[in-house]
Amino acid sequence: MRAVITVVGKDTVGIFAKVSTFCAERNVNINAVSQTVLEDLFCMMMQVTMDTSEVAFGEFADAIKAYGEENNLAIHAMHEDIFNAMHRI
Amino acid sequence: MIDLNMSDILETIHMIDEENLDIRTITMGISLLDCADSDPKKACDRIYEKIVRKAEHLVKTGEDIEREYGIPIINKRISVTPISMILAASGGDPILYAKALERAAIEVGANYLGGYSALVQKGFAAGDEALIRSIPEALSVTDHVCSSVNIGSTKAGINMDAVALMGQIIRECAEKTADRECVAASKLVVFCNAVEDNPFMAGAFHGAGEPDCVINVGVSGPGVVRHALKKIPDANITEVAKLVKNTAFKITRVGQLVANEASRRLDVPFGIVDLSLAPTPAVGDSVAHVLEEMGLEQCGAAGTTACLALLNDAVKKGGVMASSHVGGLSGAFIPVSEDAGMIDAARRGCLTIEKLEAMTAVCSVGLDMIAVPGDTPADVISGIIADEAAIGMVNSKTTAVRIIPAVGKKPGEELDYGGLFGQAPIMPVNTASPAKFIARGGRIPAPLQSLKN
Repeated sequence: MRAVITVVGKDTVGIFAKVSTFCAERNVNINAVSQTVLEDLFCMMMQVTMDTSEVAFGEFADAIKAYGEENNLAIHAMHEDIFNAMHRI
Repeated sequence: MIDLNMSDILETIHMIDEENLDIRTITMGISLLDCADSDPKKACDRIYEKIVRKAEHLVKTGEDIEREYGIPIINKRISVTPISMILAASGGDPILYAKALERAAIEVGANYLGGYSALVQKGFAAGDEALIRSIPEALSVTDHVCSSVNIGSTKAGINMDAVALMGQIIRECAEKTADRECVAASKLVVFCNAVEDNPFMAGAFHGAGEPDCVINVGVSGPGVVRHALKKIPDANITEVAKLVKNTAFKITRVGQLVANEASRRLDVPFGIVDLSLAPTPAVGDSVAHVLEEMGLEQCGAAGTTACLALLNDAVKKGGVMASSHVGGLSGAFIPVSEDAGMIDAARRGCLTIEKLEAMTAVCSVGLDMIAVPGDTPADVISGIIADEAAIGMVNSKTTAVRIIPAVGKKPGEELDYGGLFGQAPIMPVNTASPAKFIARGGRIPAPLQSLKN
């Protein structure tokens, strides 16, 4: 399945590295990334594939959210279909 | 590259995190028709066994979907065949059935279980009257069981004997639980034109025309609609209606997605999505505030009925295209105690029962979660039920009364339920007596379906 990870927080060195390392350690493959800094707010959206990971997606979503909180970042990992449902006809 | 853009994704996350977008309920409808038995105890055992077997994974599945899609699913509920039908075949003490339902709801972890119900719009069949008379006891010895009685319909008219009886039953419910904020009355709905696939409590039951087991989903999202309207403070009403439609479409698509996924994982057919704007007492999740955002000083002001009519219609128009099967109550709900804006308006005296009655002519259901003074006589409650049922009968829509006589309390005081049920300010009632009218009994004939002025 494909999921979307969003990361929002105050821009600091290494956010991208932290999040991508977190994914790599769990064998979650990153397909695409879109990232920008608005004023000093870091915003990133990643599309990932969970198929190679042994971690259940629900657990992964909880873990990355908690990891975000530890690092002062708002991180959401959500099934891609919720965005497709809402924004694509 | 990603075929979604950042602003769409952030909009969705914002709706969930800041604007209280949620799926209000996944409700599993379960037929109990095959649980009837000549021995009432065996019938109750079969009811318990079937509910537990069918709904075993309901709560876990709901929680899994919640985590994976990142959308809160507030309630996981069960609706069952009206128990009066099983009681008619199996007999025995109705309370046994209520206790079996309660045990089953607790076993599977459901938030509520609806269907301690009877459909008596044209008259009482075997089992109906016994069940209705047992409602106060059933709702005071259980926490999860909800009850409803359909006393009228556009095709059958209004059963005034049942209307008279329900006024007394509502009072008894309140009196039996006077030490618990009269909570039993909050779990009882009196309907006209009750629907068979309603996922919302307290009025959910699984109609006789439904399949053996089915998944129905109720969405929510007044906070999202209000937030969207805030962005167009000076737009004309045509634009307001269009924006509500667009927003309802997005909300409902999420409901449909969750319904499909729950249906697939539980291997139970998908029934309907209920296109509803269901408020909660949480700040920012109020239907009254949506109406105020349209330009009313406070909900209850002149113009409230018109704003609600627009809102209700636009929610349906947006939602219909987003869902493959629409049903249930579908529309904006106006439960007073469960809506921060309504609570506020009722406290200030801006929102009255008479205005609420007018509002029910154009919105989803009826007089919902309204506390009235504890000394309100049963026949006045019956009169309120008759008025509300008449609105539903004539307009071919569902109307309902969920009214709570607050035993020992007067206007100015409140009932406090906490959680989703919120606070109910006690609203003054016109106590001029309809006793003679109610005592007549009989049936109000079904209305003409032509000459509609």
